[in-house]
Amino acid sequence: MCLNEGCMATYDFLFDWMGLRNWCGDSGDDGGGMTSMSQLLAETSGEDVDVSPWETPFPSMDALHEACPSFPQSRELTSGLEEGFLSIKDSLKVVVDPLTQPLSWALNEALWIMQTVPWFIMIPLLMLIAWSVARSLKLVGLVAICFGFLGFVDYYVYTMQTLAIIFVCALTCVLFGVPIGIAMSRSDRVQRTMIPILDMLQTLPPFVYLIPLIFLFSVTEPKLYGIAIILYAIVPVVRLTDLGIRLVDPDVTEAADAFGMTKRQKLFNVQIPLALPNIMAGVNQTIMMSLAMVVIASLVSAPGLGVLVLRGIRSLELGVGLLSGLGIVLLAIILDRVTKAALARINISQSR
Amino acid sequence: MDDNKIKISIRNLYKVFGDNPEVALQQVKEGMSKSELLEKHNHVLGLNDINVDVLAGKTTVIMGLSGSGKSTLIRHLNRLIEPTAGEVWVEGENILEFNEAQLRQLRQHRMSMVFQKFALLPHRTVLQNAGLAPSIDGQSERKYADEARRWLDRVGLQGQSDQYPHQLSGGMQQRVGIARALTSNSDIMLMDEAFSALDPLIRTDMQNLLNALQTELRKTVVFITHDLDEALKLADHLVILKDGFVVQQGEPQHILLNPADPYIEDFVSDINRARVLRVRSVMKKTPDAPGERAGEIDHDDTLESVIALSEGDTALSYRVMKDGAPVGVLDMRKLVRALVPSQQSDDPESARLGG
Repeated sequence: MCLNEGCMATYDFLFDWMGLRNWCGDSGDDGGGMTSMSQLLAETSGEDVDVSPWETPFPSMDALHEACPSFPQSRELTSGLEEGFLSIKDSLKVVVDPLTQPLSWALNEALWIMQTVPWFIMIPLLMLIAWSVARSLKLVGLVAICFGFLGFVDYYVYTMQTLAIIFVCALTCVLFGVPIGIAMSRSDRVQRTMIPILDMLQTLPPFVYLIPLIFLFSVTEPKLYGIAIILYAIVPVVRLTDLGIRLVDPDVTEAADAFGMTKRQKLFNVQIPLALPNIMAGVNQTIMMSLAMVVIASLVSAPGLGVLVLRGIRSLELGVGLLSGLGIVLLAIILDRVTKAALARINISQSR
Repeated sequence: MDDNKIKISIRNLYKVFGDNPEVALQQVKEGMSKSELLEKHNHVLGLNDINVDVLAGKTTVIMGLSGSGKSTLIRHLNRLIEPTAGEVWVEGENILEFNEAQLRQLRQHRMSMVFQKFALLPHRTVLQNAGLAPSIDGQSERKYADEARRWLDRVGLQGQSDQYPHQLSGGMQQRVGIARALTSNSDIMLMDEAFSALDPLIRTDMQNLLNALQTELRKTVVFITHDLDEALKLADHLVILKDGFVVQQGEPQHILLNPADPYIEDFVSDINRARVLRVRSVMKKTPDAPGERAGEIDHDDTLESVIALSEGDTALSYRVMKDGAPVGVLDMRKLVRALVPSQQSDDPESARLGG
């Protein structure tokens, strides 16, 4: 476009006006020396077109670069980000690695236990858990049928792997999410800072989490997908704990104050018990979201039903994909119904 | 007299709600009115120079319409709300100087509170709710169960201890609330519109219960209400609040016969005076009552009962007795005159809504 002296890139005036021409180098009189790609192109096409106002480019990094070579191009931004991340990666790893190591152990242990315990102990055990939580024979039957079916089609091991990951991740979410939610409910400032972070975690496409994690950890480590799942699934339990405690009847907390409860007594004897229905709803959501994420996490070596889904996509094995999809749905139904039944029991015991 | 010992003393108490209460307080002390303060500074004047003495063993009723600051006032007594300025003395200690531990001690052992909306813990049984105070103190359920059950029985909740609050009716829930306050064994009971959420018949029941408990236990009760009938039924000392300041306080009978301003006149104008007024308030005081009398009446009888006794004959006059000794005489004519309010505003309804 800009071939001769006098012909200028669209945004030359900007740098001239700001007096930055010297900083830019000598793009204004580009007589002999280096020629840029666009100049070469313009030369070969051999014409010098006037840019009509309709075609004014957006003042993007690349357009500005054209007017001023010292101005960075957009690809320099992305490569800069990458270099920046890589340069802090090692020091970050020193801190993050030991902190997250327990997660790797927990996942490995859980996977090992779930796969080692024979099916004729594991399935009754799961039925027993369903009974103790939900107290419903119907639900116990559903659990038996679903696991029976998944075992029958030879997906038992995959199901157990998925379940093991969900147990560990959902538990970690509750362990960290509930205290964070409590802290949010007690201080408006904490709430104000946490809400944007939660919003971001919730809206980031799940795949995007994986990218920095892949750089940070080796793909063989279970904590890689563990962290991704936890980050994705922790949001509802945090939000609903905060909400639940804030929704506790102010009359009741006032009574707790009027009878001289300490803050700790009020938290454990009044606020948490009364917020429990909301907290349990958060736990339910967290479990469902871990299940969604565990499928995506199979991209970074998470074992389980997700691997089968991935195989279905990659090698176009329609049957495998459909059946494993059905398995995930069954698992989702069981987890949802059992936690919802637990929630309903809490609701009955303290309905007003 | 030990009876007249002052238990709680409120001195020059101010409360201003808003972002900068200190500045607004200065304006109030210089005489700015509540509405002007709201308009010019966007601050709400909650309490304006309150001075009230609460006598030990008596029932002090604080009455006012909604927005008069009565609920704000009672919450200053256990510092659920912090004042902008002033002092609250409880048994000779200024509780505004208390630190957190002292304040908790005060709330646990010396003051208990009954709430308008009961405010029971829904996840605990009636027994556990009644035993809230000892449980906060760290006592196990087994330890406080006897005491809690005793008070539940006393308020008429025999055999309900294992129920949950939501299984009880409103009146029964408030009985639990009262049992909870009694189980704490504190001398002072704060009752914030405790019976306002109950329907009329149950409310009367509860008022009778409270009066019976009072003759037996002689707690220092501070009772908030917007209902004059209730106030007159319960009060030994009546404080009437309007827009955050005390319009009039004193013995209820006295207020009824000598309303200090039109606001109170309107308030008292549609009360059944015969049922509320006592002989001692309208009798002529004289130790010797010579001459022929129709009979003897007690100084604490209501006028209603005297009218019933006289069968409507206004010519009679009675000798008034107190503890077996004559203290005065009562002419039926004077009695009838006392039944008519001294002044009445033209339109009491609008005045009440305006207040």
